[in-house]
Amino acid sequence: MIDLIAHLKTMLSAAGLSGFESPIRSILQEAWAPLTDELGVSKIGSLHGLKRGQGEPPRRRVLISAHMDAIGMMVTGIQDGLLRFTQVGGIDHRILPGQLVTVHGRQDLPGVVVQPSAHLLPGDAGDGPVEMKYLFVDVGLRPDAVDKSVRIGDTISFAQEPIELTGEALAGHTLDNRVSVAATTLCLAELQTRVHTWDVWAVASAQEEETLGGALTSPFDIRPDLAIVIDVCFAQGPGSSDWRSLPFGEGVGLGYGPNIHTALYDLFEQKAKALEIPYQRDLMPSMSGTDAMAVQVVAEGIPCMVLGIPLRYMHTPVETVSLKDIRRAGRLMAAVIADLAPDTLEKIQWEG
Amino acid sequence: MTKKIELSAGQVPEIGASQIELLEKLCNATGVSGDEHEVRQIVLEEIKLVADDVKVDALGNVLATRFGRGEQRVRVMLAAHMDEIGFMIVKKHEDALFEFVRVGGIDERQLPGKPVLVGREGLPGVIGAKPIHMTTAKERQNKIEQSALRIDLGPEIGEKVKPGDRATFATRFAITGPSIRAKALDDRLGVATLIELLKHVPAGIDLLAAFTVQEEVGLRGARVAAYAFDPDMAVAVDATPAYDLPHWDEDDENDRYNTRLDAGPAIYVMDRATIPDQRLVTWLQETAQDAGIPCQLRQPGGGGTDAGAIHKVRGGIPSVSVSVPIRYAHTAVNLARLDDWANTLRLLHTALGRITPDLLAVERRGR
Amino acid sequence: MKSLIQKLVETPGPSGFEYAIRDVIHEAIGEHADEIRVDALGSLIARKGTKTEQGLRVMISAHIDEIGLMVTHVDEHGFVRFTNIGGISPLTCYGGRVVFMDGTRGVIGLDGIERDKMPSLTDMFIDVGATSKADCPVKVGDVCGFERPFLDLGKRMVAKSLDDRVAAAVAVEALKRLGSTPHEVHFVFSTQEEVGLRGATTAAYGVDPDVGFAVDVTRSGDTPRSNPKMATALGAGPAIKVRDSSFIADPRLVDWMVQSAQAAGIPYQMEVLEAGGTDGRAIQLTRGGVPAGCVSIACRYIHSPSEMVDSDDVENAVRLLVKLLSEPIRLT
Repeated sequence: MIDLIAHLKTMLSAAGLSGFESPIRSILQEAWAPLTDELGVSKIGSLHGLKRGQGEPPRRRVLISAHMDAIGMMVTGIQDGLLRFTQVGGIDHRILPGQLVTVHGRQDLPGVVVQPSAHLLPGDAGDGPVEMKYLFVDVGLRPDAVDKSVRIGDTISFAQEPIELTGEALAGHTLDNRVSVAATTLCLAELQTRVHTWDVWAVASAQEEETLGGALTSPFDIRPDLAIVIDVCFAQGPGSSDWRSLPFGEGVGLGYGPNIHTALYDLFEQKAKALEIPYQRDLMPSMSGTDAMAVQVVAEGIPCMVLGIPLRYMHTPVETVSLKDIRRAGRLMAAVIADLAPDTLEKIQWEG
Repeated sequence: MTKKIELSAGQVPEIGASQIELLEKLCNATGVSGDEHEVRQIVLEEIKLVADDVKVDALGNVLATRFGRGEQRVRVMLAAHMDEIGFMIVKKHEDALFEFVRVGGIDERQLPGKPVLVGREGLPGVIGAKPIHMTTAKERQNKIEQSALRIDLGPEIGEKVKPGDRATFATRFAITGPSIRAKALDDRLGVATLIELLKHVPAGIDLLAAFTVQEEVGLRGARVAAYAFDPDMAVAVDATPAYDLPHWDEDDENDRYNTRLDAGPAIYVMDRATIPDQRLVTWLQETAQDAGIPCQLRQPGGGGTDAGAIHKVRGGIPSVSVSVPIRYAHTAVNLARLDDWANTLRLLHTALGRITPDLLAVERRGR
Repeated sequence: MKSLIQKLVETPGPSGFEYAIRDVIHEAIGEHADEIRVDALGSLIARKGTKTEQGLRVMISAHIDEIGLMVTHVDEHGFVRFTNIGGISPLTCYGGRVVFMDGTRGVIGLDGIERDKMPSLTDMFIDVGATSKADCPVKVGDVCGFERPFLDLGKRMVAKSLDDRVAAAVAVEALKRLGSTPHEVHFVFSTQEEVGLRGATTAAYGVDPDVGFAVDVTRSGDTPRSNPKMATALGAGPAIKVRDSSFIADPRLVDWMVQSAQAAGIPYQMEVLEAGGTDGRAIQLTRGGVPAGCVSIACRYIHSPSEMVDSDDVENAVRLLVKLLSEPIRLT
């Protein structure tokens, strides 16, 4: 039995900005080792876990792709012991002043994002929201100590500790997309006790927030017959109430749009109904904004499904999720995978 | 196995009543990016008797092959996209009106007051607009924002339409004198052209026809189609805007027309997605010249076709694009000339007949 | 090396039209490569060495295309309208001179617009000295590059298209100087980088490397009131890229490159480029993924007709590249 909160908190304590995923990957290697038959690392750092199916070889392959990389910042300059920085992934500069961070220098350094007074900035740059290029990280060390410990290109993670809220809600940074990795872990755990004929390739992908790099490359080597991409989606909350946001804690999102194969969508919808797992149709009229944009067009093309775990305050250090939805996503994936028969692929057709 | 219709290799395809009828069927069908179902059905039905191999791939592309005869056949991929710009229903409001978003590049000023067809059943609806009586002069200086618009299918639509359904402009196909007036000529003209070419393949090549999906949302179908076919060369067959209207100031020259109607097929020299292989540009231009087929160069600049995805696949695929010029692309009503379409078909057929391995034997050069 | 750089920058080769510059590169490499081929998008690929037990298949990519212009229309008076090939700022155009692939020359003029308004490229035209459409020697689809003489300022050199011809020169020189190597090194002189890393994309697929490095120029932050600030400077050594807006260099390679530079006593600087991409992305994302890095040369006034680099940086970039390719590559 996986302790979901403990698993999540372990993951959230690990750094792993896009392109620098090794800390989170090590933790996942440990978590997935007992749940998979083989573990490997792609050439650019995605973690590949294979859980073999019980069908006769050659077996079909289903890919679960959940990105493990985090958004954060990177040092671009050092001035009088203060660090200038840029973003890794998309961050609204208006949420930054006053955030606690960890600078991954020669050793990890605690720091805080600071906003210089307006009179220190050119023109009216200090009047409105202050652009990222004018902000600093202060690690509290004197300049000579900073010069020794920090170099240009060092990464900076959010340091916000996870917070348990009421009603099985959890807040913290990098829930995007560690909650989906956790759902994948739950799925693998559930499959331990079930018969599945297909091979299951669980991939914790790298670099989603920057280049979709993991999702462009891992499927090329694995060549799955079907792919399930799991990521967070918008939950309704302050400022996000329109059709793009799903109710919070009331079920998983089933992606619907050009990135998704409709027959695979139908499979998930039927299974969710059968198991009475609450879900919402998550509309993606053009692109899904997930790894599926990449996975779908690898090599000769891969039929994709996109699962979403509704998340509030995306790309802030207090992203908030309902644990119920993580469990639902894990259970739904396991149920669909257990049902994949040797001839299922023939039924994943565009017509008929 | 289906029986193949044998056609003589030299037979030149023409645009006649049956071709126009096919184009009408294609244009009136709905195929918004990601849901190309209806167009795909028409294509599959049309080509089943002539193609040696047909498959529908993971994204919904139709990949049809027709093998030529003889040694050293060049493997030529032709791509035309089945999808069109349109809408997706995203929310049903309490007043039974539907909120929608655009799929593909549509100018929001083209939306108010247009009839649409919704869902696979093609249910009729309208995009209304606020009565002029209730607008102010100041308000009329601003665009009517798409977010203020709804699709109305009447008060008793019930559950027949749901979020996720696609919709298109409801324009019906018409021939007006020398012109075709329809929605989705981009790129049903290309689709119809490819079908004709499949029926009349010159013997010296293997024709790899890709009827692609999701071009309008990022050239997505063409990428995987090209990977699967792994051709020696490729031609994207598309429709491109003709901005050949007069300049408001009569003394000023329209120097950004992109293409012009009645000037024949448009050959690409550069768009934002591709710098075509000059060997293939020359091949098309020389063919046109030798065969006396009118053609024009599309003005270099923005835009992109399936070639943008195809040429970067695997180790690189020499590619070029040819388009039928159309006015008012990406609006409810496109307008093209029958002659331009006929000349596009003629140019491609003649050029395909001239291909030999020598075409690609030299290094990629300039002109 | 300066004479090679001069020859390279003076040869026109806008993206998609790299045939002349490719011939110059081919000639410069001469007999120093074990094998040379040209791929479907026109990239020249020169292999040197064979893979030993400790070696890898390594791709080095320096792009040989440059930004340029393409003719869209010739008006009735013989004025030539154009569009850009690659990223061109109108700031660097007015009064500039261009040379077409056939040698035709022209100057860039500007429609009468408001004085303090930033013009767009559609407000500009090329005047080739024609009096009418009939006697205009250029036609729609013709391409030209900017023309500006090479300037040797001693320690610094100035020219158009040092992006990326200076890196092409570095790659040629490294190929020549590379003695024994455990690796099978494929020096790719890639095309169409300025319009989206296209040549490197297909070349990387074709080469199928184990590891790859781009060689390119990067912004230099050492000019007055530079904004946004950037920590690179001319003369501070080749820059080891951590990231740019197109990709994140493999951190294992970055550490190894830093240690190699330190071990060889080659000056270096770290680079985080916030706007701009390189062939490194194309290498990293090909097939099942490839560990990729980038050696950069700090350059002022990028994409203007007068780009400036430091001669010592160029020499040290060659030294660093040769050093990196001479030893086993550590990927831990």
